[in-house]
Amino acid sequence: MTSPVRPETDRKIDELLTRFPMKGSALLPALYLVQEEKGYVSEESMEYVASRIGVSAAFVAGVVSFYTMFHQKPVGRHHIQVCRTLPCALRGADDLMAHLKKRLGVAEGERDADGACSLVSVECLGACDRAPFIQINDEEHGPVDPAKMDEILKGLERRP
Amino acid sequence: MSFEPILTRNIHKPGSETIDTYLASGGYQGLRRVLKEIGPAQLVEEVKSSGLRGRGGAGFPTGMKWGFLPKTGDKPRYLCVNADESEPGTFKDRLLIEKDPHLVLEGIILSAYAIESSLAFFYIRGEFHQGYRIFEKAVQEARARGFLGENILGSGFSLDIINYRGAGAYICGEETALLESLEGKRGYPRIKPPFPAIVGLYGCPTIINNVETLANVTLIAERGASWFASIGRPPKNTRPKLFCLSGHVKRPGVFEAPLGVPFLELLNEYAGGMQHPGRPLKAAVPGGSSMKILPASKCDVLMDFDSLAAAGTSLGSAGGIVMDSGTCMVTALLNVARFYAHESCGQCTPCREGTGWFVKILSRLERGDGRPEDVNLLASIATNIEGNTVCPFGEAIAWPVESYVRVFREEFEEHAKRRICPMKTAAVR
Repeated sequence: MTSPVRPETDRKIDELLTRFPMKGSALLPALYLVQEEKGYVSEESMEYVASRIGVSAAFVAGVVSFYTMFHQKPVGRHHIQVCRTLPCALRGADDLMAHLKKRLGVAEGERDADGACSLVSVECLGACDRAPFIQINDEEHGPVDPAKMDEILKGLERRP
Repeated sequence: MSFEPILTRNIHKPGSETIDTYLASGGYQGLRRVLKEIGPAQLVEEVKSSGLRGRGGAGFPTGMKWGFLPKTGDKPRYLCVNADESEPGTFKDRLLIEKDPHLVLEGIILSAYAIESSLAFFYIRGEFHQGYRIFEKAVQEARARGFLGENILGSGFSLDIINYRGAGAYICGEETALLESLEGKRGYPRIKPPFPAIVGLYGCPTIINNVETLANVTLIAERGASWFASIGRPPKNTRPKLFCLSGHVKRPGVFEAPLGVPFLELLNEYAGGMQHPGRPLKAAVPGGSSMKILPASKCDVLMDFDSLAAAGTSLGSAGGIVMDSGTCMVTALLNVARFYAHESCGQCTPCREGTGWFVKILSRLERGDGRPEDVNLLASIATNIEGNTVCPFGEAIAWPVESYVRVFREEFEEHAKRRICPMKTAAVR
């Protein structure tokens, strides 16, 4: 099949295939590479990665659906992840989520109309000392109350 | 609080994550000494005699675990570092990785030497983006200075480390699920035996150790087993420990203290007491959300493996979660159950179905749609999960459900029979 990814990603996957004692281990890092390029892991991407690793597309789909960090559909440029687990809940995570839904006008798991922000609740991010804690893509913020959240959103608006 | 921090001695120094700061603080001296003076078997003995118990949650003696590796055979051996810190209420490994990665890395090199492994894997949870970048840089620095790679410090010992990101799955902190994930599969725990020391990664002998455990190995190599064993409560509960406190405390954080520090000292002195004046302590879990809950009246306990076992709970990951008098225990348990229902890998029926049932029953109790038999039903489901799953995840949800319902039975009964929340506000705040 023709490669649906950039040559650079293809090359990085070549490297991964020789990095591990068994090439199956290249699967998760290969999926990350594809997601980094495409923003999510489509069925076509799964087929491509499967062919590179030497497993079935169904096997790859099983792996993709097991891990929460692989997106099966596009997310916003700013993917807002709000921790909802007990230590964050004890310090106002529910209020923060309610505030965000209202501000962004989206439900949990959705993206706003122009694709700028997507909103999800996630389980414990291991930063309970900064509760309530959120991640926007790979950036960390906490503790975040609704006022602080508004400041953060303002900052996002200024970005491309 | 007169205890001098050892594990966290570097974290407040400027550039604490760099190798220069680490070397200036005497870093890699333990590795130099070990590589020059003692063989792998002697290091295993030293760790055994230090009394170090694993810091991931189970508290298994580290040296003994290493001792389970086969004495003969030509298969490669692997060291896997469990940096998949995911137990709610736990954020101590994150601190070590982000603030003193070389303390961890030195422990990894030492431990790989002890178990005669030339390839180690650092399995870090995918959400720890910053920790991944910091640790990757630490590995590069160590390689450039000759602490990693071929023929380390001229000793003939070689080690390579692969930094590997998880992708969002609590279960991958379970050691055999971690191995499956490293092999590029869904994180389904394996049936034991065989134990990973015999059949682990790629079918080869493998040791899986927690981040904090490995940081302790650095200290043992640096200052010796008897010094290590002299702190804390000998003979079993020795050495420095990182304790996390979160929830309704004034200053949530990671605090270093010797094992056996009183919980109330951690709460009142280290964490500054309760968050809201006028809302006293109602309950706490000492070791991450999967451990059994203690009511305030039983919180006068020492934080070590044996004392907490005697109190009917466990030290676990030492992730203490504190709840004040305004907390509805039904809502709190629903939150915990929702976590485990979300994170169940789905392999075993009692866990996959049972966690879903918990969420369903607790949701209706919280809404005021409960049934009188619900309280006993919760306890019965917990009994039927415990001991009936491939991995300890079953216990991780059975224990909180059993204990919340037992300890706060009246509050659950009020929800079930009178359909009211005695806390008035049903929301967890």
